[in-house]
Order: sequence, then C-alpha cells, then structure tokens
Amino acid sequence: MNLDVYLLLPLISLSTVILTLMMLIAFCRNLSLTCAFSSIGLMVTLLLICAMAIDIQAAQTASLVDALVTPLIIVDAYALFFSGLMVFSSLCICLLSFNYHCARGEHQDEFYLLLLLATLGGVVLSQAAHFAMFILGLELLGVSIYAMISYPRAGRFSLEAALKYLILSGVSSAIILFGIALLYAAFGTLSFAEMAVLQRENSELDALYILAGSAMLLSGLAFKLSLAPFHMWTPDVYEGAPAPVTTLLATVSKGAIFAVLFRFFLSVDNYQYETILDGLFLLAVASIIFGNLLALAQSSIKRMLAYSSIAHLGYLLVAFIAADSVGGRALAIEASAIFLLAYFLTTIGAFGVVTVMSTEASDHDVDRLDEYEGLFWRRPMLATVFSVMLLSLAGIPLTAGFIGKFYIVVSGVDAELWSLLVIVVIGSGIGIFYYLRTIFAMTKRTMVTSVVHVPQTAGWTLAAVTLLLLVFGIYPTPVIEWVSRMAQAMT
Amino acid sequence: MTVIAIMVVLFLGGIIAWLSEAWNKDWPKWVAVGTCVIAGVVLLPLVYQADSLIAFSDADSSTWIELYEYPWIPRFGIHILFGLDGLSLLMVGLTIFLGFVAVVSSWDEIEKSPGFFQFNILWTLAGVVGVFTSLDMFLFFFFWEVMLIPMYLLIAIWGHENRSYASMKFFLFTQLSGLVMLIAILALVILNGADSGVLTFNYFELMKHQLSPDVSYWIMWGFFVAFVVKLPGFPFHSWLPDAHTQAPTAASVLLAGILLKTGAYGLLRFTIPLFPEAALQIANIAMTLGVIGIIYGAMLAFAQTDFKRLVAYSSISHMGFVLVGLYAWNELSIQGSVIQMVAHGLSTAALFMTAGAIQHRLHTRDTRDMGGLWHDMPRMGAVAMFFMVASLGMPGLGNFVGEILVLFGTFKVNPPIAVAASIGLITGAVYALIAMQRVFQGERKLTRNLRDFGVREMTAMIPLMILLIFLGVYPQPIFDLISPALSNLYSTSVNQIPWIGGLK
Repeated sequence: MNLDVYLLLPLISLSTVILTLMMLIAFCRNLSLTCAFSSIGLMVTLLLICAMAIDIQAAQTASLVDALVTPLIIVDAYALFFSGLMVFSSLCICLLSFNYHCARGEHQDEFYLLLLLATLGGVVLSQAAHFAMFILGLELLGVSIYAMISYPRAGRFSLEAALKYLILSGVSSAIILFGIALLYAAFGTLSFAEMAVLQRENSELDALYILAGSAMLLSGLAFKLSLAPFHMWTPDVYEGAPAPVTTLLATVSKGAIFAVLFRFFLSVDNYQYETILDGLFLLAVASIIFGNLLALAQSSIKRMLAYSSIAHLGYLLVAFIAADSVGGRALAIEASAIFLLAYFLTTIGAFGVVTVMSTEASDHDVDRLDEYEGLFWRRPMLATVFSVMLLSLAGIPLTAGFIGKFYIVVSGVDAELWSLLVIVVIGSGIGIFYYLRTIFAMTKRTMVTSVVHVPQTAGWTLAAVTLLLLVFGIYPTPVIEWVSRMAQAMT
Repeated sequence: MTVIAIMVVLFLGGIIAWLSEAWNKDWPKWVAVGTCVIAGVVLLPLVYQADSLIAFSDADSSTWIELYEYPWIPRFGIHILFGLDGLSLLMVGLTIFLGFVAVVSSWDEIEKSPGFFQFNILWTLAGVVGVFTSLDMFLFFFFWEVMLIPMYLLIAIWGHENRSYASMKFFLFTQLSGLVMLIAILALVILNGADSGVLTFNYFELMKHQLSPDVSYWIMWGFFVAFVVKLPGFPFHSWLPDAHTQAPTAASVLLAGILLKTGAYGLLRFTIPLFPEAALQIANIAMTLGVIGIIYGAMLAFAQTDFKRLVAYSSISHMGFVLVGLYAWNELSIQGSVIQMVAHGLSTAALFMTAGAIQHRLHTRDTRDMGGLWHDMPRMGAVAMFFMVASLGMPGLGNFVGEILVLFGTFKVNPPIAVAASIGLITGAVYALIAMQRVFQGERKLTRNLRDFGVREMTAMIPLMILLIFLGVYPQPIFDLISPALSNLYSTSVNQIPWIGGLK
C-alpha cells in the first residue's frame, strides 16, 4: 500500500463511516444501530491511529515520511497523538450519550452524524500543516457544534446557547481569517513549513504584519479556547448545551484548536516576538484567576466546570509559554500533551457523570449543586467516580490530573516562570475550594430521595474512564515514554 | 519489602473493610482492628533487625534497616525508593499503634457507613507510613498528598456541627503549602539536574550536591513552610483547632498523634539535612516561632471552653518544643524532639479519646457544662488526670524527657530561647490543671447516669499509659533505636559545613 494512503487512513475511515452512517440513517432509523455503528467506526479509527503510533515508535522518528502527506496535511507523532485523543473522547461521548438520547424520544440519530463530523474536523485540525486545512477543520468542527448545541428542540436554553455560540464563534472566525490574511500578506504563503523557512532566513519580512496577524489569530483562537478575557460565552453555552455536547466542546473542540495553535507557534517560531509572549502571559494569568474566582460563585455544576475549564486552559498556557526557551521546548510540548490527556480524561468523566445524572430528566440537565446532595448515599459508585474526577481536576495524586499539574509545574520551573507559578498555586488553592464544596455536598445527608438510575452502557464507559484515569495517575510511564519521544523528535 | 507489605496490608484492609459493610455493619471495625494487628506483626521482625543493627553499628555501616528501589517514571529519574532507619521505624510503629487505638476508640461512635469510615482510617495510615518511609522526593510528595484526602473525608463526613468549614480549612492549608513544596522540590531537582546533567528525585543524590547559597535559601523556605504548616507552627496554626475540634474522635487521634508528626519528620529528614546552611541562617527565626507557639498555644489553651479545642491548642504548644529542638540542631535537642513527638502523640491521642468519650456521653464539649465528672466516672477521671499530668511535663513520664532534652540542647545554642521556652512548662501546668478542675472536679452539674470507661476503653488507654511511663523512666531503648539514624542525619550536615559542629 502506498505510504501516503496508509497515513491518511484515519481521515479516510472517519469519512467513510460518516458517509455510510448518512445512508444508514436515511434508510433505517434505529438509535442503537446508529450508535453501535458510530462507536465501531470510531474504534476502528482509534485502532488505526494506535497502529501508526506503534509504527512511529518502532521507527524512532517524528513521522513515517519526511515531508508532508500532501501540501496540506502532516501526519507526525504529534498529529497522531492529538487525533487519537480526540477520536477516543468522541468514542466515550458516543457511548455515554446513548442512554441520554434514548430517553429523549425520536430523531436522535443525526446527533451521531454531527458528532462524527465534529471529530473529523478535530482530526483535520490536528493534522493541518497549512492554513487552508486549518480553516477547513475549524469550520467543520464549528458548524457541527452549532447544530449539536441546538439539537434538543424542546429546550429554550439550548437555542439561546446555540445562538450565542454561533454569533461569537462567527465573529472569532472572521478575526482569525483576517489574521491569516495579514500573515499571508507578510509571508506570501499559507503553508506553515514555508512560513517557518521564511521566518528563519529572515528575508525582509514586515514584522508589523506578522505581529498583527498573529495577534488576531491568537485572539480569535482564544475565543474558541475560552481563555479570559475572551471567555464570556463559555458558561452560558456550557450550561445551555446538552451534557454530551458540553463534553465535546470542552474536549475535542479545545484540544484540536490548541494542537493546531501550538503547532503553528512552534513551526513558525512566533516566540521571538516579546509582545506576543506578553499577551500570552496576560491571557494565562487572567484565565487562571478569573476562571477560578468565578467558579467559586457558581451553583450549577456545568457552569462551575465551565469556569474550571477556563482555568485549566490557563494552566496549559504555562506550558505553552514555557516553549519559549529552545532548551525547554521538548519538555513544554511533552507537558502540554500530557496535561491535555489528563484534562480530556477528567473532563469526559466529570461531564459523563452529569450526562448520566440527566438521563431521565427530559427537559433540562441535572446540574444544580443541590441535586447532587447526598449522592454518596444514593449512588455510592457514581459519587465516587465524580469525586475522583473532581480530585483529578484539583490535581491530587493517584489521579491523572496530578500528573498533568506536575508536568505544568515542571515546565514552568524549567523555564523559570516563577511569577506564573505563583499564579498557578493561587489558582489551584481557589480551585480546591469549589471542587471540595461539590464533594462535600455529595456527602451530605439529605432528604432528597429521588433515585438515580445508572444505565449500563454509560455506567461501564464511566467505569472504564475512571480506571484509565487512575492507572494513568499511578503508572504513567508508558505514556510518558511515548510522548517524550514524540516531543524530542519534534525539536 | 516490609514497608510495602505494610502498606499493601493497610490499603487492602481498607478496601475489605469497606466491602464488608454490605454484609454486616459490625464487620468493618473488626477488619480494621485485624488489619492494624497484622501490620504490627509484619513490622515486628524489623525491630529485632534494628537491634542487631545497633549492636554492630560502627562508623561505616549503614543505618538503614531496609532500603530498596524500583524504577517508576524513568523520564524524570523518579523511583519507588523506600528506606527504613530507626527514626522511620519508630514513626511507623507509632502510626500503626495509634491507628489501632483510633479504631478502638471509635468502636461504637460511628453509625453511618462504618465501612467507608474504616476505609478512610486505614488509607490515612497507609499514606502516613508512605510519608515516613519515602526517600524519593516525588514519592514523598505523592504520599504527602494521598494522606490528606481520606483525612478530609473523615472530617467532612463524620465531623461535628461545623465540619464543612473545618475540613475545607484543613485541606486548603495543607494542600496549598504542599504545592509550594512541590515547586521547591522541582526547583531543587531541576537546578540540580542542570548542574549534574541527571534528573533525579533521589534523596541521597540530592544531598550530595550543593546549590548556590541564594538558591538553596529560597528552596529551603518552600520546604519549611509546608512542614511548619503541618507541624503546626505559629503563624500557620489556625487550621488545627478547627480541624481537631470538628473531627470525629478517631480522626482527632490520628491528626494529633501522627499527622502533625509528619511535619516535624519532614523538617528533620529533609529540610535541615538538604539545606544545612540555609537552615542555620533561619535557625533563630524558627526557634523564635517555636517559642511563640509554645507560649501562645498555652495561653489560648487556657482560654478555651471547648474541651477538644483546649487539647488542640495544647498541641500547638507542645509542637513548639519540637520546632525549637530541631532548629537548635544538636544531638541532645534532636533526640528530645523525637521523644517529644512520640510522647505528645501518645498523650494527646489519649486526651482526644477522653474528650470524645465525654462528648459521646454528654453531647457537649463545653467545659462550662461539665464539672464533677469524677464522681460519676472515676476511671475516666483518673485516666484523664494521668494524661493531663503527662502533658504538663511531670518527671517520670515521656513528655518530660522530651521537653527537658530539648531545653538542655537549646541552652547550649541559644540560652534566651531556652529560657523563654521553659516558660511553657509553667503555662502547661496552669492550663492542664485548670482544665482538670473544671471538667472533673468541683460541683456536679449533671446528675445523669454516666457510663464510666469500660473494658474496651481501658484496653486502649492502658497500653498508652504503660508506654508513657516506659518512655519516662527508661527511654534508653528508644535512644538506641533512633540515635544511629539521627547521628547520621546530623553528621552529614555537619560534614558539609564544619562550623555547624562548633555549635555543640
């Protein structure tokens, strides 16, 4: 088989699954069948990605081919890592949301189609080596998400959320496009690799265009990553969207955009501009502080998780900034990859619990803090899973979140970003407060006696995610080895 | 392997205790007692090994009874490195023994989910054993944090009226200081790695290298703050009265008995030996904080009307002696600190059990509502008297040995501090005796029928009494056990900076 075709297999298999699923839904509407088919499709894709990852590890290089697969796509270890992460989280969302959708009546099949399309967009973003591909992935992801947010037709909030997201996301896309145009004006090319060459050789480039372009690109993407002060939409949209979609928004959407932004910064070496670094620094500080402070005031679990995800993206930026020093770049890449892996697992688990809790509530998601009171005594396993997720968000040992936070601090110390580290400590301190408050609420003895039914598919998926999270938290060595080799090869 | 075996026993025992709840509500406590006994039995052979070690010890032989290493995360040179010397052995022994006492002391106090309660007790113990034996800084930090969560849950679920506030405060203080320590550990490791080219979290490797005085001074503060919060030293003590007061009896026993000792242990094992020079620079500050803690803690203890709060403040006072002794840093004062740690663990555990027993019977901790309890509960009164007298430092009991050694050692280094610290002996007597008077003597305010200490309570109390008397009249075996380890710690730092020895 042609090597190029082999490397494109994940994209091909995802697209095939999408097309087949479209036909399937047209001829036979059956939610179990749709869900099973999408899950199997995602599993196959995940296996393909794993096979390639093993190949790459065996070959001990960054990618199996030296150049790009086409002028648009690069399939290196980095791309595979993030693609795998996104396909994995879609798979989890698929399985977690099955019962949720079952309980919500007819015409839920297209949800899986949209989910797969969004995943395809994410995978495309993580493999983009060219701004054309970048925009393609961004819009594929964005458009599917608008539709998914407004999917429940009964709810008023979801429509509001979708509209909010549509408008703000549209504006940010416009800003991104304008930024890209400015970069094009400076470089005369849209390919990351060619930009990098021009940048390195320092042929008469207009720094002003590059700066303005990068700043616009960064702020547009900061919208999508929900970094403060571009975070205003996040809590409302998280709250209004159905829980499985919120999971997608918090994981696939952010992960993919971070992956491509990081790749762009690394390959073009935007770190040489002090102004951009200052901007990143402010974004990180604002996200950590505002995210954590505002999360304190929330009585809705989804809003709290929304703010906490803002703060987590702020932590992630510490590693992003640490990539500034050339010596610490490999470590910073490794740190972001590991942190995102931990963040993905935790977020899937946490929103998974919300999904399970909301299975039987037909018109809204169960996310008020008082609805979780006494969960330890009603549903000990579910409450334990949720506590593990919250502890992981707080970065307590035995969980993946600890490894993630450890990496962030390591990269920060390595790059000697002492002031940022102080902010991280303060932020984590505030964070502990609201995570513990939720755990405490679950341990309360209350009069609430409503029985929560944990459906099988979602229950087992949650158990698997929790197990993965704990295993990764206790013995992360295999993953770390793979990722550190990936990071070494990239620099 | 013994250390790992003990931890596995405790972790598994915790899970079994939790599961056994499903069959019978009474099983978890039996499982927990059994687990502690098994862990103690597993530990016992090491005591004999330690004996032979002492007999043959000379300058070259290792002070480690057990030491082993497995790779964990090679990327950062992180190993599972456990070591057990006399000091660790003593602390692990204390942990398991007080764990046993804690389980027995809350025998029929826990009504809701006893299985999960015992699970948390046993996992706290496992975490603490890890802290006392880890010699890899990452592993140490790992256990340092692991022991917090079950303790948090113990306070948050089974605590008294104000448990939400107290558990949150406890967790925030220790977690935040822990993060500061994590940054300090990483700074130490990474700066070391930059010098030597190898990333390692190994305690012995880190001890060999020397950072510039400025850098090590700042890193030392990171460690110092984390351990002093846990100790707790003034001005980081404010979590302790709340946590102790709100915690259920068993958790108070564990908190006072062993969790506070992890802070002192950390100072002794890590902060001072890793940064002897920087530690010397702040020795006077640390000792002053210790003295402030001694006097301030005693004054506040005197002013309390809540019995558990009183005992909690007295802990601050007693742990002040430990801080003073450690930073006086000569063999006499360190030995005194270690003895004080053990004696305080035993006596305070007993006092918290008494407080818990009173609360269980009277449903109040307010000393103004008590009085004349001796009349109804003579055995409890006598036991409380014994431990109060022990804690005020009566000669012949363990606490006296600890405090007097600390004072002797400190006097050689800094007489004013020693003089100020000795005020603590007087104030200690004042609050302890006043408390006895208010609670057990005077007029009977309650004429209800109160149940005296029964067989179960006395089984827990009598060993504590015997141990305290033993420590008080014949502490030599303990000195024999810990002195190789202590002189090892002491000499490494003295070798690094010869003029520290001049302080002797």
